[in-house]
Amino acid sequence: MGAKLQPWLTWPALVLSVAGIVWGLFFSPADWQQGDSVRIMYVHVPTAWLASSGYMGLAVCSLLSLVWRHPLADLAAVEIGPVGAAITAVCLATGSLWGKPMWGTWWVWDARLTSVLVLFFLYLGHIALIRAFDEPQRGYRAAAILGLAGAIDLPIIKFSVQWWNTLHQPDSITVTGAPTMSTSMLWPLGLTTLGFTLGFGAIVLARLRASVMESRIRTILAASRGRQSAAQPTPTTDSAPA
Amino acid sequence: MTHLPYIAAAYGLTLGVAAILSINATFRLRQARKRLAAIEQPRTRQPS
Repeated sequence: MGAKLQPWLTWPALVLSVAGIVWGLFFSPADWQQGDSVRIMYVHVPTAWLASSGYMGLAVCSLLSLVWRHPLADLAAVEIGPVGAAITAVCLATGSLWGKPMWGTWWVWDARLTSVLVLFFLYLGHIALIRAFDEPQRGYRAAAILGLAGAIDLPIIKFSVQWWNTLHQPDSITVTGAPTMSTSMLWPLGLTTLGFTLGFGAIVLARLRASVMESRIRTILAASRGRQSAAQPTPTTDSAPA
Repeated sequence: MTHLPYIAAAYGLTLGVAAILSINATFRLRQARKRLAAIEQPRTRQPS
């Protein structure tokens, strides 16, 4: 099923991302206040969305692992971690690159920025913890607990701009209200967000398929080694010198 | 003041990381598929 799903994620991801980036860079209008630097939004916002939703995926896998002990959930959590961490790092870096010309600083210890930095450390902690034990099952359990507990950071990220007085601007797109940006900016942003999301799914799926195959290779090799050692004659007490 | 270097750096970084993740996943999948096929081939050739 994964092999069948792969092209349906990969090609639309590529087409939508390229279309959104070209539209955002060359055809969308500059902002009346921010000028051309608003174009960073077309890569920053999708990565911010993916950083949080990727962690949500990780938390769901953690729940599946802890409650139902589903082996695929553990493998998925292993594969989501590094991709999510890389995307969160890109989100933080592009945010800094947007912040410098707009705010005059690369970084402030603002609630939104700090909570996303915490998310990045949660991803790193998950990556380290899942590989920290000799027995993989113990690593999966420990990382699943961290994955689930770390999900508390997601509402903090979402509502940080409402709960605290932050330098980071409030959300321009909400579920309940109309977007506060022009549709000429909303369209390329929608394309890159959808494209990047499908791309994230395609990368995680490819890694997960590789992981399942690697696991199968390890099982076959272990079984083959077991058969070889069973076939070898073992010294008996009869053959031992008296 | 032009913001072009910031925009170029943001897009370059994003596309660079996306390319690294995609290429890494593709090669890993290809390698795993090749290794699995190589291991499974002798097993399937054995007479049942």
